[in-house]
Amino acid sequence: MSTETLLSVQGLTKQFQTRSGTVRAVDGVSFDVKRGTIVGLVGESGSGKTTAGRCTLRLVEPNEGRIVFDGVDLRTLPEREMRAYRSRLQIIFQDPYSSLNPRLRIDQIIGEALDIHRPVKGSARRDRIAELLERVGLNPDAARRFPHEFSGGQRQRIGIARALAVEPDFIVADEPVSALDVSVQAQVLNLIQDLQQSFGLTMLFIAHDLSVVEYLCDEVVVMYLGRVMERGPSREIYAMPRHPYTQALLSAAPIPDPAASRQRIVLKGDIPSPMNPPSGCVFRTRCRYAVEACAEIVPPLEDIGSDHHVACIRQGDSEVISQGLTL
Amino acid sequence: MTVLPDDIVLKVSDLQTHFELGGRVAKSVDGVSFDVRRGETVAVVGESGSGKSVTSLSIMRLLSSPGRIVGGSILYRTSQGQIVDIAALPERKMRAIRGREIAMIFQEPMTSLNPLYTVGDQIMEMIRLHEPVSAAEARQRAKKMLDLVEIPAADRRLDEYPHQMSGGMRQRVMIALALSCNPNLLIADEPTTALDVTIQAQILDLLRRLQREIGMSILFITHNLGVVAEIAHDVVVMYTGRVVEKSPVSGLFAHQKHPYTRGLLACIPNASRDRGAAGERLRLNPIPGNVPSVTALPPGCSFAPRCSYRIPHCDEAPPLMTAGPSHLSRCWRHEAL
Repeated sequence: MSTETLLSVQGLTKQFQTRSGTVRAVDGVSFDVKRGTIVGLVGESGSGKTTAGRCTLRLVEPNEGRIVFDGVDLRTLPEREMRAYRSRLQIIFQDPYSSLNPRLRIDQIIGEALDIHRPVKGSARRDRIAELLERVGLNPDAARRFPHEFSGGQRQRIGIARALAVEPDFIVADEPVSALDVSVQAQVLNLIQDLQQSFGLTMLFIAHDLSVVEYLCDEVVVMYLGRVMERGPSREIYAMPRHPYTQALLSAAPIPDPAASRQRIVLKGDIPSPMNPPSGCVFRTRCRYAVEACAEIVPPLEDIGSDHHVACIRQGDSEVISQGLTL
Repeated sequence: MTVLPDDIVLKVSDLQTHFELGGRVAKSVDGVSFDVRRGETVAVVGESGSGKSVTSLSIMRLLSSPGRIVGGSILYRTSQGQIVDIAALPERKMRAIRGREIAMIFQEPMTSLNPLYTVGDQIMEMIRLHEPVSAAEARQRAKKMLDLVEIPAADRRLDEYPHQMSGGMRQRVMIALALSCNPNLLIADEPTTALDVTIQAQILDLLRRLQREIGMSILFITHNLGVVAEIAHDVVVMYTGRVVEKSPVSGLFAHQKHPYTRGLLACIPNASRDRGAAGERLRLNPIPGNVPSVTALPPGCSFAPRCSYRIPHCDEAPPLMTAGPSHLSRCWRHEAL
């Protein structure tokens, strides 16, 4: 595995104007994705993970920040030049029902992507579509059928085939297995892994299912209310989460074993409104370790060694560290 | 006179719920039986199309046409100690049970609350529908219910509309609404599926606490085996409208006696099992194929086409067999598992 960075997101910020004020959906998010690795972006609803993923591809135009892809800042590119990059950057959506046009046949859905970025004609086009369908584990006959004729898992395979059609280097997968039944989830996760290995794909995997992320991702970025709380190698973060939010999040995941010991940290209340986030650390209102200073200082994302970063002014406290060890 | 052992609140026996449309019959629930004991939680687990939600709607008698209970019985012990068969009860009598004796909470709290009324109005309506109390008294009770489900500033929240609340808060309101008439039995159909994990943990905590304090029984419908391990005493695993395995929770997680249950647990990613010594990813073990539609079931065991334990005998439909202490399995090969 090379350690070359393919994508570097720096200070990404996206604000939405609404009638009742400004929502800072993504607020100064930074992370790197090394070539050939999968980075998991986790967080609960309202954490800004989906917006951050879309901003990375400029599907949603960010307000600030740099998105350096293969040495080029995508935000400085005019739309015409951005188009050339679009085929290298693809997305797989969460809902396999609404992300495929119900009026198009499968060969038209996949062909559309080919026609725009990798035009081929006639039998070469048919062969390419058949090859892509086989690659994702579908029968080439699927080409002549419509989306409603397929199950959720099969549709997700079609969505993956469409993304692969243009031979991308980088894929944002936005909750690609969340809508699927458990038994089908594992099939699609195996497929994603096979494809990642055989094509050397680099991925940003957005998810809320923590066990899927732990299994699949090399690195994890934990978001809360638009900001990164903690990021680093997934093995290290799962073994010893250092941010109180990551600790609570990991402890809340149900374990499919009634005999397992549980050290649950139950967070009080709800995620605050992104319209009016708390001052200082955005997590402080639900944090059991919050002190007065947390309201004053926006904690910087500090490197605590071996690529592990934590945004908490108390991350060095033995109390906080030992909590991470009990999980 | 029907008899029911003292500790049993609900006894579902050989329940058959069919949907008949254009001459085709979908046997969504096909011979389901289980008991719910007082003060305990039974989890019904299954994927989409397993019939778990139709089972719960049958018990509430909330099936929409063309769904119909065509066989079996649903014996229920009322708070007065009377035993009734819900499957055969006239609708007028069912109304005295639905909401008051057996309450239900749903997956999507936004669509199950009325957006045009304040949450206070909705809880008060529920109370006054079932009990002869004044508006002022009903409001007091409604406030107490919001306190019970740990909604802060309950007095102010009573006058809010559902859209002013977060998803977790709305699910609390749903629970308050469901519990406002002190039901004997709560049916919770995927109550935490639409919620974030930290909020899910809060709601599961709340349900456990309320069960301890009020002593109600819970029928918990879910697809999430993690949640089952957290909350259930007994587990009923359903596949294509049938019970395939039934056991107390510890026995089920220790030894699965049906290949489907075993497959479901094996395909949940688990980094300590599915990653190698150097941290490399091992392949997951999915169940091949898809859940068949209940209108096109294979003959014999309906799981056989996806099953790695399949033998020729599986062409004959297996009955539920004893596979251990209080443990039932619908698999000819349960001993080999």
